[in-house]
Amino acid sequence: MDILNALVAFLNFVFIPAAAYGAQLALGALGVTLIYGILRFSNFAHGDTMAFGTAVTILVTWALQAAGISLGPLPTALLALPLGIAGTAAMVLLTDRAVYRFYRVQKAAPIILVMASVGVMFLMNGLTRLLIGVDEQRFADGARFVINVRDFREMTGLQEGLALKTTQALTVIVAVIVVWALFWFLNRTKSGKAMRAYSDNEDLALLSGIDPEKVVRLTWIIAASLATIAGVLYGLDKAFKPFNYFQILLPIFAAAIVGGLGNPLGAIAGGFVVAFSEVAITYPWLKVAGYLFPGWEPGGLLQLLGTEYKFAVSFVILIVVLLFKPTGLFRGKSV
Amino acid sequence: MKKLLLATAAGALIAGAAGAEDIKMGISLGFTGPLESMAPAMRDGAKLAMKEVSDSGLLLDGSTITAVEGDSTCADAAAATATVERLITAEGVKGIVGGMCSGETIASLENVAKPNGVVMISPSATSPALSTIEDNGLFFRTSPSDARQGQVMADIIMEKGINSVAVSYTNNDYGKGLADSFQAAFEEKGGTVTVNSAHDDGKADYSAEVAALAAAGGDALVVAGYVDQGGSGIVRAALDTGAFDTFVFPDGMVGTALVENFGTEISGSFGQNPAAEGEGRDTYLTLAEEAGYDGSGAFSAEAYDGAALMLLAMAAAGSSDPGTYKDKIMDVANEPGEKIMPGELAKALEIINGGGDVDYVGATSVELVGAGESAGVYREVSFNDAGEMEVVGYR
Repeated sequence: MDILNALVAFLNFVFIPAAAYGAQLALGALGVTLIYGILRFSNFAHGDTMAFGTAVTILVTWALQAAGISLGPLPTALLALPLGIAGTAAMVLLTDRAVYRFYRVQKAAPIILVMASVGVMFLMNGLTRLLIGVDEQRFADGARFVINVRDFREMTGLQEGLALKTTQALTVIVAVIVVWALFWFLNRTKSGKAMRAYSDNEDLALLSGIDPEKVVRLTWIIAASLATIAGVLYGLDKAFKPFNYFQILLPIFAAAIVGGLGNPLGAIAGGFVVAFSEVAITYPWLKVAGYLFPGWEPGGLLQLLGTEYKFAVSFVILIVVLLFKPTGLFRGKSV
Repeated sequence: MKKLLLATAAGALIAGAAGAEDIKMGISLGFTGPLESMAPAMRDGAKLAMKEVSDSGLLLDGSTITAVEGDSTCADAAAATATVERLITAEGVKGIVGGMCSGETIASLENVAKPNGVVMISPSATSPALSTIEDNGLFFRTSPSDARQGQVMADIIMEKGINSVAVSYTNNDYGKGLADSFQAAFEEKGGTVTVNSAHDDGKADYSAEVAALAAAGGDALVVAGYVDQGGSGIVRAALDTGAFDTFVFPDGMVGTALVENFGTEISGSFGQNPAAEGEGRDTYLTLAEEAGYDGSGAFSAEAYDGAALMLLAMAAAGSSDPGTYKDKIMDVANEPGEKIMPGELAKALEIINGGGDVDYVGATSVELVGAGESAGVYREVSFNDAGEMEVVGYR
């Protein structure tokens, strides 16, 4: 019984939150890695693209709610998602046309593109705030829980409770579907193969008749879709606030780099590595240990780092990986 | 323009002839910054008291009062110091209603008001540090110290039969001061604080903080934060993970937003916030409504009382010199004397001018204790099964 209690406490406070957070990071890191692999620069505007996409989706959600349309137990935002993606795709294609294409035609060094993306980041930052304001928005509706604590306790008779939020379950399911669709697209379709060819060797791809502008456009549209889906899932699960999307840029980059920049599989693994280390390192293991070793009474909370240092964990992982394995766990491109 | 100048000159002459003066009073509040939404109602409160006294014509042979506003920003101590410097040296104010937040108030008091010998009455700075500050008798506040709230909260929790709590506070002077004073009071009464940790406002996700609080355990969670900020995030995460069912809410959390956010989910939780009961407050609310602003805004009544106390003390001292009237503030605020309600400032001035004593009650049942701070009446609230907030009593 005690082992079960320990397991439930672990699931409730570590596994479920980290899995949902990891899925959100993985989707964000996929977008970053795709841009890096195909357009060959680190897109710092990705976090704010997520914010922009989420803001558009929220506005559409409100419109749907006002019209009385809902998805029953699922959040209405899922219905609004396609429109949000369309808006964001239009937005990033516009920035590509206005900013990045100029440098691409000039064959500018990647660092110049990175700096340009920082500029785009600030612009999008402001645009999102103009669109929806700086305040926190909660737009999750429908059923809040798949299992809530009280029901779980009554069902099992355990001392510890387990909560699984609809948004957490949804995050993981949507992430799995999106990742499957992306890999299918990259490996099975002609356009996907063209993208991979362009990523592997640009000149060879051009020689074999691949239209580079088409590849670039496709990449942006896919990156915008990933960003919007990641942003909406993050916003549904937590809360939408433009500043927070700027802050998760760091864990997203950490995830992409840990997995190996340019490697989609690495981005997913990286997302979960970063999420699980952040949660596990700042989680106090006292309760779990208490169930596993009933006689043992440690003085402290058995917490490696205070929760204030959560973001520092991504920094540390980033530095360690860059020092010892610059190409990342899954052999991406060297940074 | 010429006419106006002439009129002003003539007015000045007449006023001068009567021996009256134009007393400038400073209002230094955070009109911009994290509490900017609260500042206008506080300013209007202070101005209402000044206008009342000015219109009565009974203060110091018919002296008039002009309010001078300054922005203390709440968060930026240097900006607040510069503002108070301007009010005192350039405008020549005889007293200041302000500052608004604790850190900023300490800075402007020590750097400007104290060296220049000008009285400051803060309506809203509640840090326990201000109780013991060396102020040459120049600083007062019409709000209670958080040390007192810590005591009250400890009492309430104990009476509910809860002996062990976890504390999460917002990471600033207010949160830390309140959490520490509560912990001291609670442990003194024999309770246990399992963990006393900070949370930062404005984060998306508080599940890590709540996991730490849950691991430490406790029968209830004290949330010394802001309802529009991380405080609600902590409560939300604690409810979602089932970490705590019972919450204790100090003043930063008690508000209608709490009921809107959580409804029946927080049934059985309780809390307290400073709020005076009785007719003084009701009268003030009516006065404010007539004057065209919302008197129920946080600390608005305290600002009214702060301004009123300074002006009554001037009358009692027979001088608008801060060095002289500062000694009279405690006298007019406390017994003995005739009780003075809001809107009765003219009556109070008449009594004082006639040589009598007044006991200013005002909008917040003012009673200054210790080094010149409000003893503090707290309203105890609890959340019933229907998810409504109800007032249980006052202490």
